[in-house]
Amino acid sequence: MAEVALRKVVKRYDEVEAVRGIDLDISDHEFIVLVGPSGCGKSTTLRMIAGLEDITDGDIMIGGDVVNDVPPKDRDIAMVFQNYALYPHMTVAENMSFGLRLKHYPKAEIKARVTEAARLLDITDLIDRKPKQLSGGQRQRVAMGRAIVRNPKVFLFDEPLSNLDAKLRVQMRIEIKKVHQKVRTTTVYVTHDQVEAMTLADRVVVMNKGRIEQIGTPNELYHKPATRFVAGFIGSPAMNFIPCRLEDVGGKLNIRLTDRISFPLPPARAARYSALPRAENLLLGIRPEHLTESHAHLEPGVETFDTVLDVTEPMGMETLVYFGLEGTPICGRVDPNAGAKDGGPMRLAMDLNNMHLLNEATGVVL
Amino acid sequence: MSTLAIDKGGPTRKVKYRSMSRDRTWALRWSYFFLVLFAIFSLVPPIYMLITSLKSSAEISAATNPWWVFHPTLANYVELLTSNQFLRFFWNSAVVSIVVVCVTMLISIPAAFALARMKFWGSTTLATGVFLTYLVPDSLLFIPLFKMLAAVQDITGITLLNRWYVLLFIYPTLTVPFCTWIMIGYFASIPKELDEAALIDGASWLQTLTRIFIPVALPGLIAATIFAFTVSWAQFLYPLVFTTSIDQLVLPVGITTTLIKGDVFNWGQIMTGALLGAAPPLIIYAFLMDYYIAGLTAGATKG
Repeated sequence: MAEVALRKVVKRYDEVEAVRGIDLDISDHEFIVLVGPSGCGKSTTLRMIAGLEDITDGDIMIGGDVVNDVPPKDRDIAMVFQNYALYPHMTVAENMSFGLRLKHYPKAEIKARVTEAARLLDITDLIDRKPKQLSGGQRQRVAMGRAIVRNPKVFLFDEPLSNLDAKLRVQMRIEIKKVHQKVRTTTVYVTHDQVEAMTLADRVVVMNKGRIEQIGTPNELYHKPATRFVAGFIGSPAMNFIPCRLEDVGGKLNIRLTDRISFPLPPARAARYSALPRAENLLLGIRPEHLTESHAHLEPGVETFDTVLDVTEPMGMETLVYFGLEGTPICGRVDPNAGAKDGGPMRLAMDLNNMHLLNEATGVVL
Repeated sequence: MSTLAIDKGGPTRKVKYRSMSRDRTWALRWSYFFLVLFAIFSLVPPIYMLITSLKSSAEISAATNPWWVFHPTLANYVELLTSNQFLRFFWNSAVVSIVVVCVTMLISIPAAFALARMKFWGSTTLATGVFLTYLVPDSLLFIPLFKMLAAVQDITGITLLNRWYVLLFIYPTLTVPFCTWIMIGYFASIPKELDEAALIDGASWLQTLTRIFIPVALPGLIAATIFAFTVSWAQFLYPLVFTTSIDQLVLPVGITTTLIKGDVFNWGQIMTGALLGAAPPLIIYAFLMDYYIAGLTAGATKG
C-alpha cells in the first residue's frame, strides 16, 4: 500500500492537451474517484498512473518514488478495466493467478491467494469456469479478483461498472466498497457517473477539460462547490442556475430574480455577499430539494413565490416539478401529496439558507 | 340498405404480410439450391478423378462410359505407392511444406504482433507494404528470383538451383506476406485491454504474445497454417522452374513430368497421384476445421 502523488502532470497528444498540469495527493488507504464528463482527461490520468501512457511533463510518484519511466509491471499496481479484459482462454483461477505465475510465486501461495480472493468476492464456485461462461457481474468480480490476488500498492479502476445494467451496478458498487473496506488498498477509480463517485469515494476529484475543478469529500462537493461546473455536475437532478442580481431595499440586501420576484437574503448570506457589486450579473444556484412546496410554517430564509408548472415527474417518494422563470428552466422537488399537476399553478418555497451565488462570467462560486 | 353504406372510405387495397418463418423457408430453399449446385460443380472433378484412378489403362482408352467403372482395379494405387520415385516426390513435398509452414509461422506471428500492437514509426506503411508484396504474381517473380539465387550460388559456392531445399527460401515469399496479413487482422481484433492487462500483470511483450495472443488468436493461426500448407503443397510454377532432376521434384511437378511422356498421358496414374496428393491437405482441413470455426475470443470482454 502506498500514497500516490501527481505533480504538474501534463499529457499532450500532438496538438491536443488532454491533461493540463494536474496536482493531486492521494494518501495511503484512500479511495479517490476521478469524475468528469467524457474527454475531461480522467481516464488518461489513470492510464498515466498505470504506466500505460507516457507523461509529457511533470512527475508521478507511487510510494514516494518517481515512476515516470517505470514500466507498468514494475509499478506494483493492478487495474480493472471497463470491459473486464479477462483472458478468454484461461479459467477464472488461471486468470487470477496469471500475474503471480509470471512472477514465479510458489504454487501453494498462489493457490492460497486465489482461494482467499475468490472467497472475498464470492466466486469460489466459479473458479474453474472460463470467462464466457460467466455473467457480466461475475466477470467484473473476476477482474477484481485478479487485482486483489496481486496485493498491489494501488488499485486502479477504469469505469468498471459502465458495462453493467443499472441494478447490478448498484450491487457491484456496494461490493467494491466492501472490498475496499477489507483490503484497504489505495484506490484510484475513474467514472463519469457522479452518483458512483459520491457513493464510493473518500474524496472526489472533479475534472473538466484536462484540469481539476475541485477536490473534496462528497459532502464538500455537494454543499460547497467551488465552480459552476462542479455545482452543476454533482447532484441529480442538477442544481438550478437562475440569473439574478443583488439590490439594496430599505437597508437590507435583496436578491432579484425577475421583475416580479425579489427576496431578502437571510442575515448570514447578506453579510457574506454585502461587499459584492450590485450591478454585476450573478447566478443563483439552488438545488431542486431546496425548491419545495410551500406550507404554513416556513423557516426564516425560506421565501415563497407562485408559478405555473410545465411538467411534473412523479418519482414515488417525491415529485419533480419543472417550470420556467423568464425562460430559465427550473426543477424543484415536492412532496408527492402536494398536488402538483402538469400545467397547474403552484406556490413554491425557496430555501435561501442553502443558496449559492455565482459570478455568471467566471463561473466561480462566491 | 345499399351496399354503399357499408363502405367506410378506408383503403381497399389489402397489404399481404408474409410471416417471417415463410420468408426464412424460402431463403433457405434458395440457399440450398445454390449450395447444391456449387457442391456438384466442385465435386465433379474429384469424382471423375476417383473413377478414372480405379480404371485400368485399357478401360480408359476404350470408349466406354467415362462415369462408370466396369472393372475396378487398385493397380494404379499399388504401382504408385510402391514406386520409389513417387514416394520420393511425396517425401520432398511433405518436408518442404512442413518446413515452410514452420518458417512462415516463425516469421509471420512476431511480425504481425509487432505490426498490430507495437506502434512504431512507419508500422502502418509497413503493414500495407507486406500486403502489396503478396499482390505481385509469382509468374512475374520467378525470373528475378532465379537470377538472384543464381548469383548467390555463384558468390557463395553453395548449390541452390535444382535442389529441393531452394524451395524453402522461395515459398515463404508467397506465404509470409499473406499469413502476416491474416494474423495482423486477428491480432488487431483482440481488445487492447487484454495486452494492457497482461502488461500490468507483469508479462513481457514475448510473454504477451505466447501466453495471450497466440492462444486467443488460435483460429486465425490455424487459418494461416492451412493457407501456408496449401500454398506450399500445391505450388507448381516455382518448383517447375527451380528444380529439374527427378530426385529433387515435389509432387505436383513430379506427377506431370514423369507420368506424361511425350504425348502419352498415363491418365490412371495421373489421377491417382493427384488424388493421393490431395489427401494430406484434406486430412489437415478435417482435423483443424473445428478450431478454425470456433470463436475463441468469446467472453474476453463484454460481448
